[in-house]
Amino acid sequence: MLRIDCPWCGPRDMVEFTYVGDGTLRRPEIGAEDGHFDYVYLRDNPKGPHVEIWRHGVGCRRHVAVTRDTATHEMLATGKPGEGAS
Amino acid sequence: MGEYSVWSVLRGGLTGQTHWKRAWRDPDPKPAYDAIIVGGGGHGLATAFYLAKLHGMTNIAVLEKGWVGGGNTGRNTTIVRSNYMLEGNAHFYEKSLQLWEGLSQELNYNVMFSQRGVLNLAHSDAQMDGYARRGNAMRLNGIDAELLTREQVRAWAPMCDFSERARFPIHGGLLQPRGGTARHDAVAWGFARAADRLGVDIIQNCEVTGIDVVEGRVTGVQTSRGPIKAKKVGLAVAGHTTQLAQMAGLRLPIESHLLQAMVSEPLKPWIDCVVTFGAGHFYISQSDKGGLVFGGDLDGYNSFAQRGNLPMVEHVVQCGVALMPSLKRLRLLRHWGGVMDMTMDGSPIIGKTPVEGLYLNGGWCYGGFKATPGSGWVFAYTMAQDRPHELNAALSLDRFERGAVLDERGAGPTPGWH
Ligand SMILES: Cc1cc2nc3c(=O)[nH]c(=O)nc-3n(C[C@H](O)[C@H](O)[C@H](O)COP(=O)(O)OP(=O)(O)OC[C@H]3O[C@@H](n4cnc5c(N)ncnc54)[C@H](O)[C@@H]3O)c2cc1C
Ligand SMILES: [Zn+2]
Repeated sequence: MLRIDCPWCGPRDMVEFTYVGDGTLRRPEIGAEDGHFDYVYLRDNPKGPHVEIWRHGVGCRRHVAVTRDTATHEMLATGKPGEGAS
Repeated sequence: MGEYSVWSVLRGGLTGQTHWKRAWRDPDPKPAYDAIIVGGGGHGLATAFYLAKLHGMTNIAVLEKGWVGGGNTGRNTTIVRSNYMLEGNAHFYEKSLQLWEGLSQELNYNVMFSQRGVLNLAHSDAQMDGYARRGNAMRLNGIDAELLTREQVRAWAPMCDFSERARFPIHGGLLQPRGGTARHDAVAWGFARAADRLGVDIIQNCEVTGIDVVEGRVTGVQTSRGPIKAKKVGLAVAGHTTQLAQMAGLRLPIESHLLQAMVSEPLKPWIDCVVTFGAGHFYISQSDKGGLVFGGDLDGYNSFAQRGNLPMVEHVVQCGVALMPSLKRLRLLRHWGGVMDMTMDGSPIIGKTPVEGLYLNGGWCYGGFKATPGSGWVFAYTMAQDRPHELNAALSLDRFERGAVLDERGAGPTPGWH
């Protein structure tokens, strides 16, 4: 069982969260010609530390930024999106 | 090495079965090959076999970082079917199913392919309509499909809950009678032995650590056992596809996810087909040893760990018990996980890459075991001819950029949802 330290609610079981995905993606500006394909389809998919977003659906219902090792599942850091962990 | 046959077993009876030899050689890597296949799972080995057998390329090697069949090939729930709806998938998987039907003879190795039928259950009228549509699409493509009523399903799978209390009442189902299961290890071993007999070098404990590219062309690979040259390199590394592609500077529409499977204590024969639940993600069959083999959803987050977490085990078991209440008396014997190469549309990628001489076979999601012979067959063609066969033309890497995705489930570009 994984535990995620929600910056608003404290440590909670992973079953309270849903996985949103890669937290490093940046949506291209509205009207931009390029970058949409990369944003929608391409991923780094690292084996090791991965910056990702989880949604605390059964708690505060906010997005949480998590850095987690995909090779070991170790939680390395959590924080508010856009700060620290992401 | 000799053919395997009833005569060799009988003859061996006279000498205490001491005549058996190792099934494939253990060669050191040569400095260069005509082609290299990275990954000694079913797909890599099948590719090597068909390259040697059908395309006359015998100076080739399969490089495997661990042992043959130790990846997803040896970890899956062995369901084989071709009940796909979209054109680009249906003919490919049907070709694979046809190859399965003759595979034990072709390889001179019993892969225990058992066409026991794959039955998808429906729990609502809408789901029955959906299955009628899928079944009709399959039949128009010449693939066997039968829509079953509730009573017909009861005859096939009486252990399902047909009572008044069933949480998700069964309305009917879609059956593919030619679908079934096979012995996963035997598939890897059978392809390895057959490829070896045609002269292919199968090199275990040999991890590829780099791909050499000069002016946009592959020239060879770096490995834990030294550099090896080759003008053609095919990747068949399943969950590690993005890792290998990165060595050649490619970023792919793939995420690696975690899928678990479970097996119960052994029972007397209890279920003689493959049954999939339609109201949750759960599929079950019985192995020849008697264990009930079952699985369900991905754990849901990127992972290379090859082991899962208990919440998903509980969830899968809950689905199972909702469908087949008598399962709750059983004990779970083992559970394990594999690294799934999930694509953005849920369909695999088999074809060329932007790097000349580098070919890609990956993105198998949960469904690559059934594809093993077909995947090897079309990938061998693609590598030998330097162009896709018509059966894998729609499975090209550039389909995402062209907007020609093959999304059977209509889930959209979120790998964990397929
Ligand atoms: C729990 C589970 C259940 C499944 N159930 C089904 C099912 O019922 N039906 C179905 O059709 N499919 C199923 N699948 C999917 C199926 O198992 C796979 O899609 C299929 O086996 C992939 O075969 P492969 O040969 O591509 O990969 P693998 O068997 O994983 O082989 C890839 C090999 O590449 C090697 N490798 C990786 N990196 C390197 C490197 N750098 N150098 C050298 N070698 C390397 C690995 O060690 C591995 O042996 C399931 C998978 C899992 C995990
Ligand atoms: Zn919270």
